[in-house]
Amino acid sequence: MKKEIPLLITAIFGSFMIVDYFVPHPAVSLVGETLQQWAIIVISFSYVLGVANIARINGQKISKRSKDWPFAVPLLIGLAFMLGAGIFGGIGEGTLFNDFFLYAYTPMSGTMFSLLAFFIASAAFRSFRVRTVEAGLLAAAAIIVMLGRVPVGAEIWDKLPAVSDWINNVPQMAAKRAIMIGASLGAISTGLKVILGLERNYLGGE
Amino acid sequence: MEKFDRRYIFLAILLLVLVPLLFPLGLPIRVSHEVQSAYDAVARVPDGSKVYFAADYDPATMPELHPMALAALDQLFSKNCKVIGACLWPACPPLLEDAFRRIGEERYGKKYGVDFVNLGYKPGNEVAIVSVGRSIRATFPTDFYGTPIDSIEVMKGVDSITGLAILVNISAGYPGTKEWVQQVQSRYHIELVAGCTAVSTPEYYPYFQSGQLVGLIGGMAGAAEYEKLVKRPGTASRGMDAQSLGHLALIAFIVLGNVVYFTSKKKTP
Repeated sequence: MKKEIPLLITAIFGSFMIVDYFVPHPAVSLVGETLQQWAIIVISFSYVLGVANIARINGQKISKRSKDWPFAVPLLIGLAFMLGAGIFGGIGEGTLFNDFFLYAYTPMSGTMFSLLAFFIASAAFRSFRVRTVEAGLLAAAAIIVMLGRVPVGAEIWDKLPAVSDWINNVPQMAAKRAIMIGASLGAISTGLKVILGLERNYLGGE
Repeated sequence: MEKFDRRYIFLAILLLVLVPLLFPLGLPIRVSHEVQSAYDAVARVPDGSKVYFAADYDPATMPELHPMALAALDQLFSKNCKVIGACLWPACPPLLEDAFRRIGEERYGKKYGVDFVNLGYKPGNEVAIVSVGRSIRATFPTDFYGTPIDSIEVMKGVDSITGLAILVNISAGYPGTKEWVQQVQSRYHIELVAGCTAVSTPEYYPYFQSGQLVGLIGGMAGAAEYEKLVKRPGTASRGMDAQSLGHLALIAFIVLGNVVYFTSKKKTP
């Protein structure tokens, strides 16, 4: 019964959501809407679980003095501080939470992302080798698209943006469509296998 | 090659990005078909219509996506549209709030609750998207500040997304444009304009070509083009010179790396 009941629930609700997509009857929609609200509530609880998990893992790291434990200290302080600021001071404009979000978290997050530019440049110099015809085609396409997407490309050659658009709209799109159709068929197949109880990995265990 | 200090590369990138930001080159910006289509689609919306603004990004992608959010809101508020904004990314509501305040309040004198509303964040990814399509009221019973939706003027008469004129989505990834197309556009046939990061733009070209997206704003370049169309040059326009030189530097590094590699290979017996 430990497996049969979850499988039955999955089959019933999974099938119902397919019906809900294609049948716009108010009775079906009403049940569909209720189920979606349940799903949103369940997903919301995963955030509580996530916070508890971070606190537990990093708390253990500090108490056991595991590798890189000092990094766990500001993480937990930051977590507790932002939680406290949000819960007790609110999250709207002018609050401590919002100020820290806009003037501390936002620039730090942007900085981390912008570091990519430096690493990509380094990787381009050290690792991108045109050893085969395929690598040569990839390099040529990359150079054309990179130049075609920025103003300097049109300054170098006025037809470059058009060539870049053609690469994006014809060969790139053909390959992308093939991948998307393949992935979609795979998703449909997996979805059906889950609903029919053939795919049981999501239940965990052995 | 292994002995080459990569800090020289970092220094070159820093200078090539920093210098044009301080001393702009003023390279002309060409408007692409995808961005022109986005602008035209919003321009077709009747003045004063209610629209849905789905902001799905976070501070990491803010330099790329915030300028296009500001430009899109600029065009919407210039048409006196009533904007209903919401987020599927937990770190996005304050960014949406910032965009509303800067463009709605400061530039156009619009009022919160009357001309625009920030419904805040809703977890659930695709489930939340389907739920928004079916009933915005059921999905967001309160706004970002906890005010009941029934007491917000701009939300009067709004329930399903089908009652709105257009859906504008600014997305950094998952959940985002792809999910809005799959769960809402294909189901409710609302016009959908998308703005996304440059790296994810190729993924959405098929949706644009099929007409499921009526406009596509890709990366900082797309944002700069949109700024040009709304005649409000902002940070994206200023960043295009830096991006131009950055791209040139990357190409130079690829070429140089290969020249050094093949030259040293020939010399090796």
